[in-house]
Formats: sequence, structure tokens, C-alpha cells
Amino acid sequence: MNFEMSDDRRMLADSLARYLADACPVEGRVDVAYTAPWHSEEAWVGLAELGAFYALAPEEAGGMGGSGFDISVVFEALGRALCPEPVLATLLGLRLLADAGRDVEEVLAGQRLAVGIGELDAPYDLDGITCHAEGGLLTGRKSVVYGGAGAERLLIAAQAEGKLALFDVNAEDAQISGYGTIDGGPAAEVFLDGTPGELILGDARAALEEALDAGALALCAEALGAMEVVQGILIDYLKTRKQFGQPIGAFQALQHRAIDLGIEIEQARSIVILAASAEGGPEFGKRVAQAKFLVGKIARQVSEEAIQMHGGIGITWEYPLAHYAKRLVMIDAQLGDTDWHLERLMGALAAE
Amino acid sequence: MDLNFSPEEQAFQAEVQAFLAEALPAEIAGRVGRGEEPTREDMERWHAILNEKGWLAGTWPEEFGGQGWGPIELHIFEEECAKASAPRIVPFGTKMLGPVLMKFGTPAQQAEYLPRILDGRDWWCQGYSEPGAGSDLASLKTKAERDGDVYVVNGQKTWTTLGQYANRIFCLVRTKFEGKPQEGISFLLIDLDTPGIEMRPIRLIEGGYEVNEVFFTDVRVPVGNLVGEENMGWTIAKYLLGHERTNIAGTGFSVQALRQVKALAKQVKRGGKALIESPLFAARLASVEAELEAVKITNLRMLSKAAAGGQLGAEPSMLKIKGTVIRQELNDLARRALGPAAAPFPSEDLDNLAIAPKGHAHNASGYFNNRKISIYGGSNEIQRNILAKGMMRG
Ligand SMILES: Cc1cc2nc3c(=O)[nH]c(=O)nc-3n(C[C@H](O)[C@H](O)[C@H](O)COP(=O)(O)OP(=O)(O)OC[C@H]3O[C@@H](n4cnc5c(N)ncnc54)[C@H](O)[C@@H]3O)c2cc1C
Repeated sequence: MNFEMSDDRRMLADSLARYLADACPVEGRVDVAYTAPWHSEEAWVGLAELGAFYALAPEEAGGMGGSGFDISVVFEALGRALCPEPVLATLLGLRLLADAGRDVEEVLAGQRLAVGIGELDAPYDLDGITCHAEGGLLTGRKSVVYGGAGAERLLIAAQAEGKLALFDVNAEDAQISGYGTIDGGPAAEVFLDGTPGELILGDARAALEEALDAGALALCAEALGAMEVVQGILIDYLKTRKQFGQPIGAFQALQHRAIDLGIEIEQARSIVILAASAEGGPEFGKRVAQAKFLVGKIARQVSEEAIQMHGGIGITWEYPLAHYAKRLVMIDAQLGDTDWHLERLMGALAAE
Repeated sequence: MDLNFSPEEQAFQAEVQAFLAEALPAEIAGRVGRGEEPTREDMERWHAILNEKGWLAGTWPEEFGGQGWGPIELHIFEEECAKASAPRIVPFGTKMLGPVLMKFGTPAQQAEYLPRILDGRDWWCQGYSEPGAGSDLASLKTKAERDGDVYVVNGQKTWTTLGQYANRIFCLVRTKFEGKPQEGISFLLIDLDTPGIEMRPIRLIEGGYEVNEVFFTDVRVPVGNLVGEENMGWTIAKYLLGHERTNIAGTGFSVQALRQVKALAKQVKRGGKALIESPLFAARLASVEAELEAVKITNLRMLSKAAAGGQLGAEPSMLKIKGTVIRQELNDLARRALGPAAAPFPSEDLDNLAIAPKGHAHNASGYFNNRKISIYGGSNEIQRNILAKGMMRG
């Protein structure tokens, strides 16, 4: 048994952390993440140059990683930095393109792509997708497509010939209404109306499920990174903020709650490790569902409690905690929320 | 045991409902119902409508322009207003300063300020909290030093709600520096146009602007603006706190929020079905509804006791804790129900995209903004401290 990170991954984590501290400082984030284009072109290019995307793609596809632990290392670093760059879209795209046997070189080099799966009436489930293709022309709407604003290329899940298929679409051919999200970062509504797309996977169901699980793992790791930063901010504040002549951290009512958060964050780290280790194996879906469920619950608790224990300052725009808290709460609604993943687990119990 | 309002109270309730149906402008109720901040004009317009009816400060005695409502009438009025999505009455003049002036003010102060609160000439804000004095209010440092017939005020207040619309601020200031901190505090009325005052906005988590910092540099305030006697401020503040607390549970807001979440959960889809059919979501909704029904009764038990002239002890603190947690849970459900559609940063540009169902684009903002309700007005931790003190004494 060995829970140490490999040297390669530790180096990747360190260099990413250094780069992000410099390129995406949390103090400057409010100017970047909440105004168009809702991320930094410079930081995006920098991440590509650093080789961050190579870590997300398997060697067969021309990358240098792509395992569960590669994903978790990269996204934990992004989460710590509260980085608004739409790397999740790249992760999903890389996996889907690799499954389709497509070249991923451009994506590794920093091509902005977004993956349109969820729809207004089917935010999480593949069965509800109504977007469809006929003769290579796509019709439908994809809603809250993360990274959609500014994407050059879209991968679109659509019904075609009775199967869920995957299409490669030139973003210029679709109508994209981009916007920023409440936690910072780019997203979009994507409207397809007889839009040409290249069929790249005729039966994409398994590939989509696997990519979504990888994406959910990434989000759990991102949340973990963000939660550890929040815990650090909270502990510092408990030690320095004084009321009634003492640090508020001297009040046991707060101490116990801060400690509870610490315990929960350890649980989150463990379940992320378990899910990452299951990548590529038969249990991956189950482990990811467990992780996304637990992390979603814990992330909400950490955000709400850290704000509460700060008092008023915790809900001010100027204070980084507020932005971490928004990300931590909103991350739950990406790629299946706590209830969604818990239902996945519940549904599988009877078959055990 | 009878859980119903008396016939007179029921008649009053019907009267309030009828009035709201007729007098509350639809566009204002629309904004409030969608979870948007009412505009300054909305608030002023609504205040004027209520004032004309004599209901802006219904609990004030008739001699001062009120109706002499007791706690039950006030409760009925506020519940119905919340259910109708009326804007909250800005409390600083009507609910805070008004009662203070009636109890501690001179006849001259009463004559000068009370009518101006009602007719909207004055918009008051509350200057209690300071950067270093939040929960520990008595440690406040903003000082007022006597210089002939003025006080010279220096220091900083913060979290001043809607100060950007106000022309006056009532402040707790330090007038004595030795002895117990509580014994050196005075209650001072300050005109915000006085030279030396600077107001700076504080942006909140969801991006909105409702609170401010206020800086005082050698601000000269006539001694006639002192309320009560010098160093009596803490007594006044404590009196006011008792006053603020009768409608602390905010159950009207929760009733309205519950109704909206239920409608939303029938509208949005998950896994091919209405969300309300999802067992886990339905469980969340049913749980919070049970909690709300219970706290409504706790609230009525307290009101009934207060109306009968009973002394309130721990009840307000319990209601503050339960009431805020229930409201926040409902805010959570309103956001959760939308899934990813809660994510877009609200903006009018997005309205035609209809990402969230109509009226729900602000659900995530509302959730984040309402983290404040368990912090201000005495945080839920401070409420527990009050309860614990009572428990150990009793
Ligand atoms: C949106 C908003 C509007 C406001 N409007 C106004 C206004 O108009 N006018 C005004 O004067 N003030 C206003 N306030 C200020 C409000 O009353 C304070 O925020 C509140 O008193 C808490 O103070 P604080 O924020 O400094 O937190 P702190 O007092 O620093 O508390 C930090 C944390 O420590 C906890 N804590 C403190 N002491 C103890 C203890 N003894 N035991 C256990 N836990 C403890 C608190 O509960 C909190 O969790 C507003 C605040 C907000 C957020």
C-alpha cells in the first residue's frame, strides 16, 4: 500500500500550482472570471504550453497521462487556484475524441472546444436527450454548456438512427449565446438548427458515460482543492479575528464546527482517491457516483459553515472566500448533483 | 386550545389581503417575487402607498400616525405582505428609530423626525457595526467628543444597509473611554450631508450592492441630536433589540418561498419526470415543509404570549435560528431544483434565452445573498449564547 503521489505527478502538481499562482491570482480573478470572455486567453495559452492538457490524455492518443490520478492532480490544482479556465471541457473532449479514434493534437495544443450533452429538460441524463441529427444536420438546443462561450469546436451528443451519437461541429456553424456563470467562468446556450456536424461516434453511449464519469471525478478533485483552501482561510480567520477580547477561534462552538469541516474534507480526499484509482476499471461509475455525492454534500457544508463562521466579511465580493464558496456550491450542479448520483447508487443496490 | 385567529383578527387578515390585491403594484411584486432587489423607487412608492393607508408604521400609536397594532396584527400584516411579494418595509425609520424616539426622544425630536419618517422625507440607516465591533458591539470605537454645542465624531461604521439611499444615520458612538464599555456609549442622530462623512459601497457575494462603509472625519453634530442622555446608548440599543425581535422568524417569506419551490419542482424535469417525483428531492421538500409548519406554530405561541402581555424569554432567539435556517434551506432547494440552469450570472440580456423557468433566474443569487440572514441581527451563534446563558441561569 502506498498513498504517496508519484514523483512525476508531484512535479506536475508543483509546476501547475506555481504557474496558476502567477497566471490566475485569486485577487485578480474577479476581473477575469466575471467579465467577457470570462477567462484569460493568456492563462489558457499558458496552460497549454505548460503541457497541462497532455496530462489529461492517454499515451495512445498522443498524451502523457489520462489516468484517474492524472485527472485528480490537475483539477485539484485548478481548484486550489479557483481557476476559471474551462479545462473540464477539454478533458471531456479529449476522452471522447480518443474514443472516436480522432486526432487530438490541436486540442492538446490549446484548441478551445466544448462538449454539449445536457439540455434544458435533461440536465444530467443521457436518456432525455432530444437533440437529433438527420443526414448529418443537427437540430436542438444544448443548455449551460461549460466553456461554450469562446469555443472554436463543439462535440454534440444527439440522437441519430435510434442511437445516441456524437458529432463534431464547427462552432461557427452553430448559434452560440455565451455568458458568464455566477461562480465565474464561461458557458453558453448552443442552438442547432440544421447545423452540419460530422458523425464521429455512431453509438456514443458508453463513451459519453465514461467521459462524464471522468468529468465528475475532475470536478470532485477541483472541489477538494478549493475546500482545502477554504479550510486554510477559515482557520487563519478564527485565529486572527477578535471579538469579546479573544480570537473567535477560542470559542468552542466554532472550534468544533471547524474541526468537523476538517473531518469531512478528509473524507472527501479519500473518496476522490478511491474514485481516481477506479478509473479504467469496472467500478469506476460507482466510485465516481459515491465521490460526487459525498463531495457535493461536503462542499455545501464547507461553504456555508465557512461563511457563517466569518460573519459579514464572508459574503463580501472583495474576500476570496466568497468566490470559493460560490464555486463549491455551484460545482454540485455540474454533471449530476448529489441527489442524482445518490439515485444512481440507490438504483444499483438491488442488483448487488 | 384554539389554533385559529379570533374573528376580529381574521377580518383584519382579509382586509390586508384585499388591500394588497388592490394596492400593491404588479411590477413591484413581480420583481420581489422573482427574487430581484426592489429598486429605490419601488421601496419609496410602496412606502407612500402604505403611508396613505396609515399602515406604514402600523404598530405606532395613533397619536404618532400609526394604528396601535399589537404583535398579532403586525404578524398578520407582515405575513400577508411577504406572501404577496411586497417589498420589505425598510425597517430603520419605522421599526427602529421611531420606537426609540417615542420612548427616549424629546417632544421636539419626536415632532421633528417622526412625521418625516412616515412621509418619506427621511430615509434612515443604522450605524451600529464597525469593522472591529460586530458580535461584540459594545467594543465600538467611533467616538463623539464634546466641543461646545457640538459633538465631533471620528471613526468608521460598516455594513450600513441601504446607506446609499439614506439622508440620515442613527449611530452608537463612544462618549466615555473608561469604565465598562457598555456604559460609555451614546445614541446620536447624524445628517449624512454633514461635512466629513464619506460613504463607500461594499459589494456582496452575488454581486449586488446593499451595504456600505461610512467614514466619519471631524464630523460636527449638534448636541441636540443626542437621543436620551449621554452614555445611555446601550440601554437604548437593548430596548431596540427587543423591538426588532417579534417578527424574527420570517415565516411569511418561507411560506412564499415554499410555494415557489413547489411550483418550480413540478415544472422542471429530471430523468424524464417532473422533479417533484424524484424521491430525494421530494424528501427534501417534505422535510422543510414539516419544519416550517412547526415554526409557524412556535411563532404564534410566542405572539399569543406577547399579546397577552407575557414576558418573552428565549423564544425570539429560537425563532431567529429556526426561521433563518428554514428560509436558507428553501433558498437551497430553489437553486438545486434548477440544476445547471441556476448557473448563469443573472442579467437582463439572458432573459430571452429562458434558461431557467420564468421568474427563477435569480435563484442562485438569492441563495448566496441570504447567507446573510443567519449572520446579521445577532448571528445564530450569538442567539445560542443568549439561550445558553438563560439555560444556565434558569
Ligand atoms: C448584509 C448585512 C447587512 C447588515 N446591515 C447592518 C446595518 O444596517 N447596520 C449595522 O449596524 N450592522 C449591520 N450588519 C452587521 C451585522 O449585525 C454583523 O455582521 C453581525 O453583528 C456579525 O458581526 P461580524 O460580521 O463582525 O462577525 P463577527 O462578530 O466577527 O463574528 C464572526 C463569527 O464568530 C461568531 N462569534 C462571535 N462571537 C462569538 C461567541 N461569543 N461565541 C460563538 N461564536 C461567536 C459569529 O457568530 C460569527 O460566526 C449587517 C450585516 C450584513 C451581513
